[in-house]
Amino acid sequence: MIHLLASIKQVPDTTNIRIDPETGSMIRKGVPAILNPYDAHAVAAAAEWKRKLDGKLTVITMGPPAAKEALQECIEMGADRAILISDRKFAGSDTLATSYVLAEAIRKIDQDDPVDLVFFGKQAIDGDTAQVGPGAAIRLGLPLITYAVEISEINVDEKYAVIVRKTESGKEIIQTSLPAALTAEKAIAEIPYAALPDLITSLKFIPEVWSADEPLAYDENQIGLSGSPTMVAKSGTPEAHEPAETISVAEQGLSGAVEIILGKMLSNSSVASLLEELK
Amino acid sequence: MTRRFWVFIEQNQGKMHPVAAELLGVANQLVSEIADELQASGEETSVEGILVGHNVTDIAQEAIQYGAQRIHKIDSPAFEHYLNRPYAEALTHLVKKYQPEVFLIGATTLGRDLAGAVATSLKTGLTADCTKLEMGHFRKIEKKLLLATRPAFGGNVIATIVCKDHLPQMATVRPRVFETPARNAKAEGEILEEEFEVKPEMMAAKLVEFIKDNNAQLNLEYADIIVSGGKGLGNPDGFKLIKELADELGGVVGSSRAAVDGGWIDYAHQVGQTGKHVRPKLYVACGISGAIQHKVGMQDSDYILAINTDPNAPIFEVATLGVVGDLYEVIPEMIKQLRAQKGASS
Ligand SMILES: Cc1cc2nc3c(=O)[nH]c(=O)nc-3n(C[C@H](O)[C@H](O)[C@H](O)COP(=O)(O)OP(=O)(O)OC[C@H]3O[C@@H](n4cnc5c(N)ncnc54)[C@H](O)[C@@H]3O)c2cc1C
Ligand SMILES: Nc1ncnc2c1ncn2[C@@H]1O[C@H](COP(=O)(O)O)[C@@H](O)[C@H]1O
Repeated sequence: MIHLLASIKQVPDTTNIRIDPETGSMIRKGVPAILNPYDAHAVAAAAEWKRKLDGKLTVITMGPPAAKEALQECIEMGADRAILISDRKFAGSDTLATSYVLAEAIRKIDQDDPVDLVFFGKQAIDGDTAQVGPGAAIRLGLPLITYAVEISEINVDEKYAVIVRKTESGKEIIQTSLPAALTAEKAIAEIPYAALPDLITSLKFIPEVWSADEPLAYDENQIGLSGSPTMVAKSGTPEAHEPAETISVAEQGLSGAVEIILGKMLSNSSVASLLEELK
Repeated sequence: MTRRFWVFIEQNQGKMHPVAAELLGVANQLVSEIADELQASGEETSVEGILVGHNVTDIAQEAIQYGAQRIHKIDSPAFEHYLNRPYAEALTHLVKKYQPEVFLIGATTLGRDLAGAVATSLKTGLTADCTKLEMGHFRKIEKKLLLATRPAFGGNVIATIVCKDHLPQMATVRPRVFETPARNAKAEGEILEEEFEVKPEMMAAKLVEFIKDNNAQLNLEYADIIVSGGKGLGNPDGFKLIKELADELGGVVGSSRAAVDGGWIDYAHQVGQTGKHVRPKLYVACGISGAIQHKVGMQDSDYILAINTDPNAPIFEVATLGVVGDLYEVIPEMIKQLRAQKGASS
C-alpha cells in the first residue's frame, strides 16, 4: 500500500498583517492563522492520489499547540494520520533546524510504515524562503522535485513517479524512483470540498503530539535557537518615500495634462534616448 | 588564508544567467567593504565563480569579464541538465574543499532549489531573497560579517539576518535586485578544472522531457520599458489598451498581482515580491494602487510614471511623476500625442 506524507505549516495570513508604526513590530492580535496555501494544495494532491491508489496519507507539522487546527483541515481533506510536533524547545528554529526536526520525524515514521512520497509546499508565505523542503529532502537522501505542478503517474509496483515541474523557461517532465520528495505549486491540485465522512472524522480529531524527547529524542544542539545558524540582527519597516509630483487631469484638462507629462518624461535624457531609438 | 567570496554561475543551455553577473558585482562590492580588515591582517581575498555544467568554458570567460578572478569549473556530461542531487552534492564538495567565507546564489527557480539543499548539507545558514547585502560589524564580533537584509511577512517587515558561527554565510538574491556591473572584455582570470564523481544513487530523478514555454520569452525582468496594468483596469480587456501603449513605447506588459489573481493576465507578467523584480528605464503603472508588495518589485526603475484616479494612492510615493486621472482617458490621449510627435518628426 502506498504511503504518502505531507509536511504542512500554519502561518499568519500575511494579507491581513498590520505593522505597529511606532515600534515597527507585527501586530499579531487579530491576524488569523491559516494553513499555508501551498501546503493546502500539496495535501489536496496527496489526498487525491491516496484515494486513487487506495493508500494512506500522513500529515505532520512542527508548531505551537494551535497548529492542530491546520492539521484538522488536512483531516477534512482526507488525511488518515496527523502528528503535531510541538515543544518549547523548538521555538526559534530557523530553516536549518526546522528541516532537521521534520527530516527526523519523517525518518521515524518511515521506519514503522515506509513512506513513498513526501509533499512540501513550494514555500511558506510568512517567510517565503522555500528552503525547508530542499533541506529536509537532502537530509533524507531523497530525490527532490521542486515547483511541481502536476503528478502524472505514480507506479506503486515499479516504485517510480512522473512529476511535472515548472521552471522559468518551461516545463520539465521528471521521472523519479520512489521514495522521493516534491515541493508543490498551487496548480498541483484544486482544493476539494470536504467529503462528509472526512468532515465527521475531523470533528473528533485529536492529533498525536510529539515532543522534543518522545517518541524521538532530538539533539538539543540542532533545534531551537541553538540549532539555528541564522539570527535576526535587526528588523523594521520599509523606508517611506516622498510623494511624487502629480499632474491632475481635472485641473489641467486631458490634453493639457498629457502634454505636460510627456514633456516632462521626454526631458529626462534616458527616457528620451530610449524612445528615440524606436523611431 | 584567502578570504573567498563565491558566486554560483547559473547557466542553462549554453547561456549564463544574467543574475550571475549581478552577483559578481555584489561580491566585488562586499570585498571592497573589508578593505580595512585586509590591510590590517595582510590577508588576500578572491571573488570566485562556481560553474557546473557541460561545455561551459565560454561561460567561465564571461564570468571573468563580469568580475570573477577565478572560476572553479566542473565540466562533465553528467551535468548537462540541472538536477538537484548531483548539483547540490558537487557544490557541497567544492565548499568543503575551499571553505569560502560567503556564497551567493541567484534566487531563480534553479537557485532556490539548489541553495536550500547545499546549505543544509553544510549545516550553515542561508538567507533567501536578499534585497541588500553588506559586510559590517555585528555586536562585538571582531571580523565583519555578511549582513543580509530581506523582506518578511509579505514585505511588511524588513529584517537583517546574520550567520555568525558558520561558514559559508550563504544568501540568495533575485534577478535584477542589483545592477549589472560593467563588462570588461580584457579581464583575465584563472579557470580551475575540478573533478566530481556523480554516483548512480544521485541520479534517482531524471529529466524525461522539456516543454518550452513561449510566455517565457517575455523577459520582463530585463525589459527597458514596462507598462503595467492593475485592478484599476476594471476588466481583462483593459490589457488591450495597456498592450497598445506598451507597443507604442516599445515596451512589454507587466501587471499587479490583483490582475493576475483575477485571471486577467498570466503570472509571467506579475511584478512584485511574489512576481518579478524589475528595474527598467521607464515603468508606467496604470490603475495600480502601489501596495508594498508591488512597490518592492518596481521601485528600482529609473523613471516611474503612475496613472491613478486616487490622488492618495501609495503608488505616487515611489513615482517620479504622477497623473491623477482615469487611465481610459489618459492612455488613449498619450498614444495619440505620441503618434502625432512621431508623425511630426519623421
Ligand atoms: C505575501 C503577498 C505577496 C504579494 N505579492 C505581490 C506581488 O508580487 N505583486 C503585486 O502586485 N501584488 C502583490 N501582492 C498583493 C498586493 O498586496 C496588492 O493586493 C496588489 O498589488 C493590488 O493590486 P492593484 O494595485 O492592481 O489593485 P488595487 O489595490 O485594487 O488598486 C487598483 C487601483 O486602481 C485605481 N483605479 C481604479 N480605476 C481606475 C481608472 N479608471 N484609472 C486609473 N486608476 C484607477 C484605484 O484608485 C486603485 O488605486 C502580494 C500580497 C501579499 C500578501
Ligand atoms: N514548521 C513546519 N512544519 C511542517 N512543515 C513545514 C514547516 N515549515 C516549513 N514547512 C514545509 O516546508 C515548506 C517550505 O517552507 P519555507 O522554507 O519556510 O518557505 C512549507 O510549504 C511546508 O511544506
